[in-house]
Amino acid sequence: MSPFATFCLRMGDNALILGQRTGEWCGHAPVLEEDIAFANMGLDLIGQTQLWYGMVSDELGKSPDDLAFFRGEREFLNTLLVEQPNTDFAHALMRQYLFDAWHLPMLDGLTGSTNADVAALAEKSVKEVRYHIDRSRDLIVRLGDGSPESHDRMQAALDWLWPFTADLLARDAADDTLVAEGMIPAAAPVQQAFDWETAETFARATLTAPDGPRRTGGRTGNHSEHMGYLLAVMQSVPRAHPGAHW
Amino acid sequence: MYAQMVESGQAGTSDQDKAFQDKIDRNVRIEPRDWMPEGYRKTLIRQISQHAHSEIVGQLPEGNWITRAPSLQRKAILLAKVQDEAGHGLYLYCAAETLGVSRDELTEQLLSGKAKYSSIFNYPTLTWADVGMIGWLVDGAAIMNQVPLQRCSYGPYSRAMIRVCKEESFHQRQGFDIVRALVEGTEDQKAMAQDALNRWWWPAIMMFGPPDADSTHSEQSMKWGIKLNSNDELRQKFVDQTVPQAEWLGLTLPDPDLKWNEDRQSYDFGTPDWDEFFNVIKGNGICNRERLDARNKAWDDGAWFREGLMAHAEKTTKQNIAAE
Ligand SMILES: [Fe+2]
Ligand SMILES: [Fe+2]
Repeated sequence: MSPFATFCLRMGDNALILGQRTGEWCGHAPVLEEDIAFANMGLDLIGQTQLWYGMVSDELGKSPDDLAFFRGEREFLNTLLVEQPNTDFAHALMRQYLFDAWHLPMLDGLTGSTNADVAALAEKSVKEVRYHIDRSRDLIVRLGDGSPESHDRMQAALDWLWPFTADLLARDAADDTLVAEGMIPAAAPVQQAFDWETAETFARATLTAPDGPRRTGGRTGNHSEHMGYLLAVMQSVPRAHPGAHW
Repeated sequence: MYAQMVESGQAGTSDQDKAFQDKIDRNVRIEPRDWMPEGYRKTLIRQISQHAHSEIVGQLPEGNWITRAPSLQRKAILLAKVQDEAGHGLYLYCAAETLGVSRDELTEQLLSGKAKYSSIFNYPTLTWADVGMIGWLVDGAAIMNQVPLQRCSYGPYSRAMIRVCKEESFHQRQGFDIVRALVEGTEDQKAMAQDALNRWWWPAIMMFGPPDADSTHSEQSMKWGIKLNSNDELRQKFVDQTVPQAEWLGLTLPDPDLKWNEDRQSYDFGTPDWDEFFNVIKGNGICNRERLDARNKAWDDGAWFREGLMAHAEKTTKQNIAAE
């Protein structure tokens, strides 16, 4: 697979798997406004998935739906962060915020891509993600600096999820090639923006990012055990009816 | 309908009551600050809140399939639809709030089982075809009722209905399109569609509420302009609209008594199992317990979230006062 296809799949898989987790909240969120917000974010993410998959559909000889529904867990290249389960609403919010804190500078950088299609895709998506992070940041601050229980739940979610941010920010040879071609932003500005964003927000939220081991692997298809179940649910209908149109 | 069997209050006999009725007869919209009879206000609260609760509980049977929608496009459309339904719930709670009842009070009534919501959402969604049936039949039936309510006598409710109806007709088209794709598909897909229709047809017919002859509460609501058509009228309209669509799809409606009546220029159709309907309304449907449990769990699990936001708001207010 070309470095470009690898990159597009990673972007698309992140959006799809996070969208899948987000969609699990429909009808079960703590207030009606959050039901609406989560459905809306899920909708944006599934739209972005279609765009990223569409970008590599020809090269890979697979339709966007084939990419979503007929690959196994070792073939998905999303980060470990997005597949983490909805342990509680604090985990869902923190997962979203950490993802947004990386996604925004990444897409922002991609708006300057030498590939015009990528730049256009990023231009469209960055508007959606700006809105996502405004919401998620605001809730992180209010709940972190809220009641003792909301603080403790947000801190527990951060403790659990923080190690996976290493997977968001990781780079490999495929990325280096694309950076050299001006196709994607270099690692440093994205990392820096992520660091600033999270440091400032966690200070306001009275939360502390933990030290300790970092986890990577999702970007190379080495997932957590949650991934197989997530795919089993998501892919069940198309796989039961191969060749069918929906 | 989304508000089935709403108990109607009594009209008074004072001059004020007469003037009020006169306004309604002249098609003057009633607005929140206008005087209104207590019976009118209470009946509207019951009707609007039942409708709102139906939108909220209605997220669950379809939400059940968001994680399993069989294509990216269908998943996106279903997310958008369920988002719309939650939005409908929100406008309707706002409309009810103009009558002096808070969203929290109404939520409490739903969660305790005191308030009703539409019987239709107590049936399970067992296959993907059920999502198509809900859009086609359930949203289709909802539109039948809600289009006339755009002209109802209470301003905030009628305006909420105008917004809601635009989205409902989109939902119906999308549901129909899901079913179309199935009947144009494999034998298994087609069988899935027919099976789902067999299960959803009668519950959809019953959405309009009991037959007019047994419908004790309608008359005063019709006088007040908050119910504009009788249950049987709307039911007939729905059948007449849906039969040709089913024929076009090549699906068979599960009613041996269904046939065109040349004299009436309408379809005759069979009698639903009203015992089943009243049993579901009483809380004994297949999913009544699951639906209420899911809503209660969401509410209870979210208590820390709501309390956390309140605590933050209090801190901010205190800081602002201290800074002044
Ligand atoms: Fe609705
Ligand atoms: Fe709808």
